[in-house]
Amino acid sequence: MMRIEIIRRPQHSALFSALSPFIALLLTLLAGAVLFAILGKNPVAALYSYFVEPLTEIWSIHELLIKAAPLILIAVGLSVCFLSNNWNIGAEGQFIAGGVAGSILPVVFPDFQGWYVLPVMLVLGMAGGMAYAAIPALLKTRFNTNEILTSLMLVYVAQLFLDWLVRGPWRNPQGYNFPETIQFNSSAILPEIWTASGRAHWGFVLALLAALLVWFMLSRMLSGYEIKVLGRSARAGRFAGFSAGRLTFFAFLISGALAGLAGISEVSGAVGQLRPSISPGYGFTAIIVAFLGRLNPLGIIAAGLVLALTYLGGEAAQISLGISEKSARIFQGMVLFFILASDTLIYYRIRIVSRSVETAAKGA
Amino acid sequence: MMFEAILLTVATAATPLLIAALGELVVERSGVLNLGVEGMMIMGAVCGFAAAQMTGSAWIGLIAAICAGAAFSLLFGFLSLTLATNQYATGLALTLLGLGASAMIGESFVGMPGVRMQSISIPGLTEIPFIGKFLFGQDPIFYISIALTAAVAWFLFRTKAGLTLRAIGDNHTSAHALGVPVLRYRYLAVLFGGACAGLAGAQLSLVYVPQWVENMTSGRGWIALALVVFASWRPWRVLAGAYLFGAVTIGQLHAQALGIGIPSQFMSSLPYLATIIVLVLISRNKRLTLMNTPASLGKAFVPDR
Amino acid sequence: MTGDTIINSSDTVLLRANGLTKIFGTLKACDDVDLVIARGEIHALLGENGAGKSTLVKMLFGALQPTSGSIAWKGEAVTIPSPSVGRTLGIGMVFQHFSLFDALTAAENIALSIDEATPIGMIAEKARQIGKAYGLPVDPDALVGDLSVGERQRIEIIRCLLQNPDLIILDEPTSVLTPQEAELLFVTLERLRSEGKSILYISHRLEEVRQLCDRATVLRHGKVVGECNPREQTANSLARMMVGGDIHRVEREPLAADAAAAKAALIEVKGLSQRPTGPFSVALHDIGFTVHAGEILGIAGVAGNGQSELFEAVSGERLQERPDIIRIRDNDAGRQGISARRKLGAAFVPEERLGHGAVPDMSLSDNLLLSRHATDRKVFTSGGVLKLISASSLTSAARRIISRMDVRKSAENPDASALSGGNLQKFLIGRELDRNPSVLVVNQPTWGVDAGAAAHIRQALVDLARGGSAVIVISQDLDELFEISDRIAAMVHGRLSDSVPIEEMNMERVGMMMGGADHSAPEAA
Repeated sequence: MMRIEIIRRPQHSALFSALSPFIALLLTLLAGAVLFAILGKNPVAALYSYFVEPLTEIWSIHELLIKAAPLILIAVGLSVCFLSNNWNIGAEGQFIAGGVAGSILPVVFPDFQGWYVLPVMLVLGMAGGMAYAAIPALLKTRFNTNEILTSLMLVYVAQLFLDWLVRGPWRNPQGYNFPETIQFNSSAILPEIWTASGRAHWGFVLALLAALLVWFMLSRMLSGYEIKVLGRSARAGRFAGFSAGRLTFFAFLISGALAGLAGISEVSGAVGQLRPSISPGYGFTAIIVAFLGRLNPLGIIAAGLVLALTYLGGEAAQISLGISEKSARIFQGMVLFFILASDTLIYYRIRIVSRSVETAAKGA
Repeated sequence: MMFEAILLTVATAATPLLIAALGELVVERSGVLNLGVEGMMIMGAVCGFAAAQMTGSAWIGLIAAICAGAAFSLLFGFLSLTLATNQYATGLALTLLGLGASAMIGESFVGMPGVRMQSISIPGLTEIPFIGKFLFGQDPIFYISIALTAAVAWFLFRTKAGLTLRAIGDNHTSAHALGVPVLRYRYLAVLFGGACAGLAGAQLSLVYVPQWVENMTSGRGWIALALVVFASWRPWRVLAGAYLFGAVTIGQLHAQALGIGIPSQFMSSLPYLATIIVLVLISRNKRLTLMNTPASLGKAFVPDR
Repeated sequence: MTGDTIINSSDTVLLRANGLTKIFGTLKACDDVDLVIARGEIHALLGENGAGKSTLVKMLFGALQPTSGSIAWKGEAVTIPSPSVGRTLGIGMVFQHFSLFDALTAAENIALSIDEATPIGMIAEKARQIGKAYGLPVDPDALVGDLSVGERQRIEIIRCLLQNPDLIILDEPTSVLTPQEAELLFVTLERLRSEGKSILYISHRLEEVRQLCDRATVLRHGKVVGECNPREQTANSLARMMVGGDIHRVEREPLAADAAAAKAALIEVKGLSQRPTGPFSVALHDIGFTVHAGEILGIAGVAGNGQSELFEAVSGERLQERPDIIRIRDNDAGRQGISARRKLGAAFVPEERLGHGAVPDMSLSDNLLLSRHATDRKVFTSGGVLKLISASSLTSAARRIISRMDVRKSAENPDASALSGGNLQKFLIGRELDRNPSVLVVNQPTWGVDAGAAAHIRQALVDLARGGSAVIVISQDLDELFEISDRIAAMVHGRLSDSVPIEEMNMERVGMMMGGADHSAPEAA
């Protein structure tokens, strides 16, 4: 009989802070190999088609960037929330709110065309995400209401609202009753970065920009310090004269804005119209991205690419090996489990105690 | 018989919320916050459906669901208790993994006819007008849910073990100092919470809509979490809250059927909006909320060794 | 070993520990400790903070397992794998930081440590009886969170007595009592001794050890450094044994008789009332005091009488209803937050070091910024509205404080949680002294701090005051207050008594004030 015990380190381990994402990824790959073996597939071939094949072709790398862009944008915002101990898990809803708000111009006023359309759409998208994120922030600060539950409930509400829009008032009259809006006109489409080689649009560049700005704030500015202090110890933060309520708004608004930006970039850059479902769960997968990136925006860029790879890998594995693409979601879930487990090593030493030794020690 | 029919559907809608919330209540009373209810519930739903489908027995499905929920909760237990990981994030991980894993397990069952758990029937009693079917003609899980409410209330407030559990939730450091095996109690509580969530999931796929649909829990696990807060961590209030939510759910469905001109999507979002409103009302008084909340809720415990 | 023949006989020896050692990581908390407790004696365990007393008794009680060594109980070798085994053997423990549960009733708290299932009504009845018999009145149905610290201690003791133990371990029991309450406790303890029970009494209050205890074992750095009959010792000789050398006395010039009043009032509080801020917190009632340049006001009181709430109100972590309730250097500050009050020249050091005064897993230089970002904006940040943190100036300021306050640390810039209590407290006080504040408010400055660091901190507080600042020291340690204060007031039930000049003060009087029964200050009642 064995038992695992953890013992607190006096000083957190810088070594394991750097290593833990890699340990987590390694463990995920091992667990994935076991899973494929159980499913009767060749683990090496499966892992190859999952994690290598999508990187062998240029067009496919473009697809990777398309998927990574919203993940990075949302996760960067979430890092501000999670670092400040605000548990915004409704980014999926804020993503939708941004997508909807940003689409007002091309859907309702398709006659407006010109250089100004795109900037207005992006700003409206951010505003929509912000406004939607402001609800749980307001309820938390004003009425002491748990933000986890409210932000999540609002996801369902947003999904239903979008569903109503595209089946009701915003449905394309010439669309043969399909639940979708009209196609955006060309001035409302986020352009591709390098048209010759693939579909990747400027959303990825926006994501990199957002990551750099937030990284700068978190690591260099006093507001970043404020976020970290209040997140680790609310009482010490109050002693420092920081306002937890103000920060809750700040964190929710920033993450709402970035999720909204992700939403409108996705709709405008990758889809080109609104449909009942505009996200394969980006808002939730971004939670995993944020943790895998250790809540550091630069780490999140890398983590976003890794998680985007699982989406593509799932599709590739389905085509080449007949493994369900839903296996991608299992991979994503496992990554989060393993990163959380590996993070334990930063603050604790792990000791394995075997029962027999323990009883012997007690008997002595 | 409209009244009776509505009462019955309210009970059917309330039962999964009640069972899942009771499980989470015990978990939270021990000071652990498991946000993975949704994930454990959907694992229960898919495993229950699959087992029932393959064996043809709803009862085997039910047992499989309980085992699946409990086994799944152990993942959470190992991380949050043994490795002292952040409980919020770990619970979220459990939900995300559960939604993903259930989608994959259930892929081959989509569209298959399910096995419905039969309602009981007691000659003479079931036919009593208005309440006969409600009291004596429902499915076994309904009766389990009521018995479970009474059992949890009795356990928490009438037994030594229940007292110990509450004490751990109030102050795990003191409990440890007294020699209470804090982690063992918490593991058992987490397992119980998982088993309940699994059972609640089985109710969905064996009674409520006897088939497998991806994401079929559609937020019920989260509503159950909200119910625990709404009920101030008291079992009988959980029952009241679950029936209130059941009534909202059924009410909006009936309103949709009557075609009162409000888009169905707006009606469907009522249970979620109701959850938010109820949470706001119950948490407004900060001092009272703090008083009711188990004081060590969500905090990791690492004993000195 | 003293070689005392009487206590070596197995009839009279209750507990004998041989070579107990406990290692945490690289730290030897207890190193080869021998301890003999005879039947019917009150045995003192002496040592300063961090000497290994708590670790030793936890091993005796079963809460910790020794790395090596053995325990014999009533002549037989035993292992005590858990507190419940300890209780079954007949070892009871009264904790310093009570192991009680706020949300449960007194009777439920007691029921928790009774191993067999007994109906709660019976436990309540038994608790009443024992309470009556030993002069420890309690209400079994009261929620523990609502009770005073003294009442909580009674519940702890009754809980312990209900198991009919042969050995009762008390960890710093008088640190939470007024001197008068302590006297009543001694009566109870002497009565227990006369019934043949043994008591292991942990304290650092040497006078009461001399009064109460039959024998003493002294620990230093985890080792036994002496055994003696405390009645044959002086408080000074005991202290030297504990510390291993002479203790630095605070050097303090008396305040010139008329100087204080003539000098400027740097902080004035009047009519400060506040409703309870949390489920079990204390309301403040009409608190008023003034502290002038150059003096130290000591605020005595048993824990839980509103000291933390007073600290939060004065510091500005909670605002007042009107601006003029708190005035700092002639500015109305009642509606200003903690940063604004700091900018007026005030500085604050809270009781809780980790998680209030410092963020545990942040480095010392990062923690320096915690209370200094507003007052020293120009020094520690640059870049205008961007407020870029200047890491180099933080590091050099942290180095300055570390050397001035003699903070001992293991790494260049360690996490706050990696420092010992005393060293972290020196850093946190140094962080404020470094600003040379006009007003310093400090809550429990030397709580859990070793003697050397405590002396250093007290001297620094006195020097600051004599340099022209106003200092408010909230403390449970009466010896400390008598050593450094110019005036002493006491808090009880959220009220503050009038202050009494140190020359007119004595233990008995401060005890009366802490009990809320000082008739010389009728306004305070």
